Amino acid sequence: MTDLRRSRAVPSSWLDEQLDGRLAPEAAAWLAGRRDEVVRRPELLGEVFPAVARQVGRDVVDDAWTVDEAARALLLAALATVVPAEHLSTALAEVYRYGDAAEKRAALRALAVDEVAELLGDRAVPILADAIRTNDQRLLAAALGPYATAHLDADAFRQAVLKCVFSGVPLALVDGLPDRADADLAQMMTDFAAERTAAGREIPVDIHDYLAKQED
Amino acid sequence: MRIFDPHIHMTSRTTDDYAAMAAHGVRALVEPAFWLGQPRTSVGSFVDYFDSLVGWEPFRASQFGIRHHCTIALNPKEANDPRCREVLDILPRYLAKDGVVAVGEVGYDSMTPEEDDVFAAQLELAERFELPVLVHTPHRDKAKGTTRTLEVVRESGLDPSMVVVDHLNELTVGEVADSGCWRGFSIYPDTKMDPDRMVAILTEYGTERVLVNSAADWGKSDPLRTYATGQAMLAAGFSADDVDQVLWRNPVAFYGQSGRLELEGADADEGATFEGNSILRGARAS
Repeated sequence: MTDLRRSRAVPSSWLDEQLDGRLAPEAAAWLAGRRDEVVRRPELLGEVFPAVARQVGRDVVDDAWTVDEAARALLLAALATVVPAEHLSTALAEVYRYGDAAEKRAALRALAVDEVAELLGDRAVPILADAIRTNDQRLLAAALGPYATAHLDADAFRQAVLKCVFSGVPLALVDGLPDRADADLAQMMTDFAAERTAAGREIPVDIHDYLAKQED
Repeated sequence: MRIFDPHIHMTSRTTDDYAAMAAHGVRALVEPAFWLGQPRTSVGSFVDYFDSLVGWEPFRASQFGIRHHCTIALNPKEANDPRCREVLDILPRYLAKDGVVAVGEVGYDSMTPEEDDVFAAQLELAERFELPVLVHTPHRDKAKGTTRTLEVVRESGLDPSMVVVDHLNELTVGEVADSGCWRGFSIYPDTKMDPDRMVAILTEYGTERVLVNSAADWGKSDPLRTYATGQAMLAAGFSADDVDQVLWRNPVAFYGQSGRLELEGADADEGATFEGNSILRGARAS
């Protein structure tokens, strides 16, 4: 369960501030050049996006962001300033589709950037669904950020939370909790806990707050 | 003996192979994209294959302490199928990735006009992505195919030090040596080259700019032929340093030109331990 990080909403200017001073001059120049390039020729995103980490590094910024994810998110934010929503949605879906594990996480993380999320509306829900279908804890954690809180329907949200419990993603990383917890989720958690207990297995400690209230 | 197999198709191999390779000193490898025996009929099959080469297969290798890198290309055999040509359009997305250390396998199978086009287009991609190139030479009509390959490489303007011409034998090695390209040899149980013939070629042409691989795949092949070649070199009087050059330093130098090899922790010199590992003990015991 290493390297699990939350997705937290930020404006792109915050990412710029974080990278300022963290990037070596050559890396900063490279990123600035690629942002200009993607603005001028959006079709190049597909070959710029995968190359980012070895240019800017992979240092951790905080409990949500790494340098490479921030840089990749800034490329998408730059694209968001010059293309219509449909185009951004397709570009994001493609970098996710063709991405390796780190690129997929970065695509999901970019949904936490205000400008990207605002332009996309609910168009990126299919990539959330894909990430939630996987058994990759890191993708799951990255997917359940503020964009998922805003756009996943109640059924999908509950199933995603249950999958976190099942696969060991701490619920503290799920942006939509506790606000979106409801009676149905509590019942699912309670049933899950009962199954674990019946099997003689431990119940994750962080689900106690989400169990259905037992009558005394 | 530390070994870097510069050409092996692990997708087709078992975890037993990984264990045996690790036990015999294989610490790193490059898996070139090639055909899979069963022809593919759509771009989607290639995309899933490429995803596996940068995702699942490196993970499998890592379970045995082996560093996995790959090369990406539309192979010459499938370049002839019009349904697969669109693979060229998605190559840039993959050639930009971290684990991709060359364009390959490219080259000729039957030397058709379609193969000419696809080969030339991919040499241009190599230049654009500043990657070395792994060139396959045909199984049939090999001498003529090798000559034509070298002409195309020359016309492309690529630096020959960025190109390895693979699957060579006694009849094709001289021409490639003269070209300045790297010489690649696939050591097989029955066909292509065997360890003793390889040693004779090393004796005649030296240990510079040469890569020795097992090219093990889904056919009859052996992922330990690199190790067998190292042993044959020692038996023929080559030094341990010569073996290290051919089986480790040469592939590191060739693929290192990509700037994307990740060998930290795997490249300790012979005699060093790797997290107190049993790799060298295994090699000595066998």
